[in-house]
Amino acid sequence: MAKRIDVSGLSAYYGAHKAIDDISMTVEPRSVTAFIGPSGCGKSTFLRTLNRMHEVTPGGRVEGKVMLDDENLYGSHVDPVAVRRTVGMVFQRPNPFPTMSIFDNVAAGLRLNGSYKKSQLGDIVERSLKGANLWNEVKDRLNKPGSGLSGGQQQRLCIARAIAVEPDVLLMDEPCSALDPISTLAIEDLIGELKERFTIVIVTHNMQQAARVSDRTAFFNLAAVGQPGKLIELDDTERIFSNPSVQATEDYISGRFG
Amino acid sequence: MSHAIQDRPVSVAPRRGSLSHARLPRWTPAAIAAGSIAGGIGIGLGAGWHSKVQWGMIAALLFVIGTYALTSKVEGSRQAKDRVATSVVWVCFVLAVIPLLSLAWVTVSKGIGVLDGYFLTHSMNGVLDAEAGGGVYHALLGTIEQVLIATLIAAPIGLLTAVYLVEYGGGKLAQAVTFFVDVMTGIPSIVAGLFILATWNLILGFGPSGFAGAMALAILMMPVVVRSTEEMLKLVPNELREASLALGIPKWRTILKVVLPTAIGGITTGVMLAVARITGETAPVLLLVFGTKLINPNPFEGAQSSLPLYVYEQFAVGTDAAMARAWGAALVLIAFVMILNLVARGIARWKAPKTGR
Ligand SMILES: Nc1ncnc2c1ncn2[C@@H]1O[C@H](COP(=O)(O)OP(=O)(O)O)[C@@H](O)[C@H]1O
Ligand SMILES: [Mg+2]
Repeated sequence: MAKRIDVSGLSAYYGAHKAIDDISMTVEPRSVTAFIGPSGCGKSTFLRTLNRMHEVTPGGRVEGKVMLDDENLYGSHVDPVAVRRTVGMVFQRPNPFPTMSIFDNVAAGLRLNGSYKKSQLGDIVERSLKGANLWNEVKDRLNKPGSGLSGGQQQRLCIARAIAVEPDVLLMDEPCSALDPISTLAIEDLIGELKERFTIVIVTHNMQQAARVSDRTAFFNLAAVGQPGKLIELDDTERIFSNPSVQATEDYISGRFG
Repeated sequence: MSHAIQDRPVSVAPRRGSLSHARLPRWTPAAIAAGSIAGGIGIGLGAGWHSKVQWGMIAALLFVIGTYALTSKVEGSRQAKDRVATSVVWVCFVLAVIPLLSLAWVTVSKGIGVLDGYFLTHSMNGVLDAEAGGGVYHALLGTIEQVLIATLIAAPIGLLTAVYLVEYGGGKLAQAVTFFVDVMTGIPSIVAGLFILATWNLILGFGPSGFAGAMALAILMMPVVVRSTEEMLKLVPNELREASLALGIPKWRTILKVVLPTAIGGITTGVMLAVARITGETAPVLLLVFGTKLINPNPFEGAQSSLPLYVYEQFAVGTDAAMARAWGAALVLIAFVMILNLVARGIARWKAPKTGR
């Protein structure tokens, strides 16, 4: 069910401030695309335009087109709520719902948008937790609060919660930056498995991580602080890390700036 | 912390460049306090002052000065300032607690005499002012009904207003609502009572009833609920709202199922505090509920009584028996509010997001 994302001429604003400028790119289905670039260049902003979360921020505004297969997410009749069911998201800091048990956290997406059969709920929760490699660790305490898990487990719980609603695309904004190396490894392995079923876009500050998990890498940059961020290049990860076509990319990757 | 630092004998002189220095033993503040109280009493007796307040003030002064003098001599001036700050906090704490404890003590000691099963289950029907006997049942019933109705009106409106302000607001309308809520917070209770009297009773022509009083109480309660709920909703991390929205959950369900449950403990506490505040209101009840000696279980028809009103009436009568009843009712009122608060805390603790660690 994974879908292709085709972005053209996309700019995003916070009030009067233009955060990203005229971005066009294609994200292939069943692949992992990594976004790298210095802080503030608009990676998170761009990621959030892909599931219409950008407009949740007060003053958030988007121009341009995002095609998901053959449907424009910013078409006039498109319901942002429906878009977010199709394009799931995992945030930088693990954010399980504190009032809910582990089970309820995973079931939240289904329960709260009312699209499930009661008899299937248990199966879906189990499948999602297995999909997030968390089942064995939590199967005996599904009724305990999700906030009692470790940071890495919480993040996998959030991934389980996101995949439980069966999205086509999974967006991840620095999903490992709050985690220790072992939890990070667990999530990276998981990403490798998830790409069989989903189109995955991941923002990361960690070059090795981008090199390890992604098939394609996009490098973003900004001319100066306060200027909008731009897409510099998007290419196969191997090429970006060995022989990028733009000098700025090579400088960034080899640590000469940023 | 290593024990070596603490166990240094007091006599060791501070050495430059060393991390350790002379310390007063832990029981020093208690000793100084005991000494200053003794000093306060001694000076008070010696000077022939009768007022215990003066004794207390001398003792407090001696405590602060004594602490400073002793600490600066033994531990140095920085520690002395630190200890003085601590002792001032203690003095203020004691000053705050004394009226509270004496209020509780006086009410309990004067009220406990009449408080029994009979007092709680009987009205003043046929009881003469000077006679002992009678009870608060009619007043307790009135208070419970009026407060319940006021809460049923004010809590949902206040809650929804706060949800609007925090989750949807931001424009001119929200600013206006915030402004009016602030204004409402400052409305004196007698004015709320007069407002209902002028509209409900005089213009619309209804007689006194528990419901009329409840409406005035609701006016007083609403801004408190709005304010406290607003603060609680603002404490809910934005990440939770985003997590929910990103799952494709509509905004209204996000608020209902994620935001409100996360804040429910604090919201309940706020509502209960507002309830406690209006439970003691006398002025609007006096105007609108009117007061009666009889049991009137119907809040929508005819005069009712209420606990604060009952206290006021009995106090105005002024006979020994009536005074005893007034204190008894005051005790019932305090107990009622206290129970509400305990229930609120219970709910808050029970509903608070669990960490599970
Ligand atoms: N909520 C916001 N309100 C206003 N400006 C924002 C907001 N979030 C981000 N920005 C601005 O948008 C730009 C891009 O930020 P972001 O997308 O977070 O960058 P990145 O994720 O690459 O570090 C920055 O200049 C930042 O200051
Ligand atoms: Mg970011």
